[in-house]
Amino acid sequence: MALPENEVLEALAEIVAEETGIDAAEVQLEKSFTDDLDIDSLSMMTIVTLAEEKFDVRIPDEEVKNLVTVGDAVKFIANQA
Amino acid sequence: MNVVVTGLGTTSPIGGDVPTTWEAALAGKSGVRRIEHEWVEQYNVPVTIAGQLAVTPDQVLSRPETKRMDPSAQYALVATREAWADAGSPEVDPYRLGVVVSSGIGGVWTLLDAWDTVRDRGAERVLPLTVPMLMPNSPAAYVELELGAKAGAHAVVSACASGAEAIAVAYDMIQSGRADIVVAGGTEAAIHALPISAFAAMKTLSKRLDEPEKASRPYDVDRDGFVLGEGAAIVVLESEQFAKARGARIRARLLGTGRTADGYHIAAPEPTGDGQKRAMTAAVEQGGLTLGDLSHINAHATSTPVGDPIEARGIRDLLGDHTDNVLVSATKSMTGHLLGGAGALESVFTIKALEDRVAPPTINVDNPDPDLAINLVRNAPAALPASGDIAAINNSFGFGGHNVALLFASA
Repeated sequence: MALPENEVLEALAEIVAEETGIDAAEVQLEKSFTDDLDIDSLSMMTIVTLAEEKFDVRIPDEEVKNLVTVGDAVKFIANQA
Repeated sequence: MNVVVTGLGTTSPIGGDVPTTWEAALAGKSGVRRIEHEWVEQYNVPVTIAGQLAVTPDQVLSRPETKRMDPSAQYALVATREAWADAGSPEVDPYRLGVVVSSGIGGVWTLLDAWDTVRDRGAERVLPLTVPMLMPNSPAAYVELELGAKAGAHAVVSACASGAEAIAVAYDMIQSGRADIVVAGGTEAAIHALPISAFAAMKTLSKRLDEPEKASRPYDVDRDGFVLGEGAAIVVLESEQFAKARGARIRARLLGTGRTADGYHIAAPEPTGDGQKRAMTAAVEQGGLTLGDLSHINAHATSTPVGDPIEARGIRDLLGDHTDNVLVSATKSMTGHLLGGAGALESVFTIKALEDRVAPPTINVDNPDPDLAINLVRNAPAALPASGDIAAINNSFGFGGHNVALLFASA
């Protein structure tokens, strides 16, 4: 059963905001985690770990490199959840 | 190369910064309180009192900062920001700026929280920042990142002497020409069920649980152990030449350091106090002073039945005929014992004592141990000589027989 993407975005934005101090409103679908949000790899791994627990999904290591934008992550999580 | 102190910072059980901490110390205020955490009852922790921070870091730091750092690093960062601003936020070549920040225990909260995660939620839930948070050099590293320091960042560990030894290593860095400025000190965040239980198992902690504010009573006949404290203190040290060139306010001088080891026991201090006395002697000699130049000692004095008399004996043996002229203060009576933070916080007290020419009180000494025979500052502050150069020693000793004495003098 897929989760609505807007719900995933909202919860993911909260995780990103909590970890990095970036305003949750800045965490938008088209934003790149590294280029736009300036999130380093350690923070990205933290966000992935927290998101896995929050949404009860598995995000394999080889998949993380494909999650370039927030939208990529939202889509992946929404489809898994 | 002369070494001077130009900045001070702390977050302690009696104040969120240096001015409030010093004011509370002169007022003889205790920072020891009952621990209000559910784990105290949940695990039947045998000691329920501690010197807990007056101002928690979440009131000062941003949310991402508190999430990415163990409390030990958070405390160090709070103290660093105050000390750096106090020094006038110096313009310094990053390759000439060093850091030495110690902790006696390290990131114990992070380590044990992560172990809870492994057991309760599975190994895959352990967060990637766990290692950078638990490593004992984490506070030093975060201070290094905060200031962009590139001359070297060190975390020297010697149990309860760690904070003082950090300042001694910083002195060496400046003396040897490795740095113009070194930010140095110690931090500890170990008010957690496990360290408390472990110290209690050694019978080192006070059991005066019904009177928290009276539990830490160095040199009193009824002392029964130390009270665990938490917090951090940081000093900014500079070569005198550099400080003068930039027009910095010089608060005090660090004239010398003495470091010895007992070679005796993993926890007990060597009974004659020889190693402690040799550390004090070395500091006075390196500083080029004589015993008659000393006015004040901030003692290690943790309030244990065994430790306090050994240090008193060392002080008496060192000072001889000068014993009565040197005012001894035991500020752990107010703050509790900050372990790796203690030597740094007590350096701040020593520097403030020289600056304001007043020795802080030792509280709770209702009945001084008659065997000590030192000139103890009891329940009210005592004036230091009002004019001329004055000098003071800060003692710190650690499990493992680490003895560190720092010799400070008025600016």
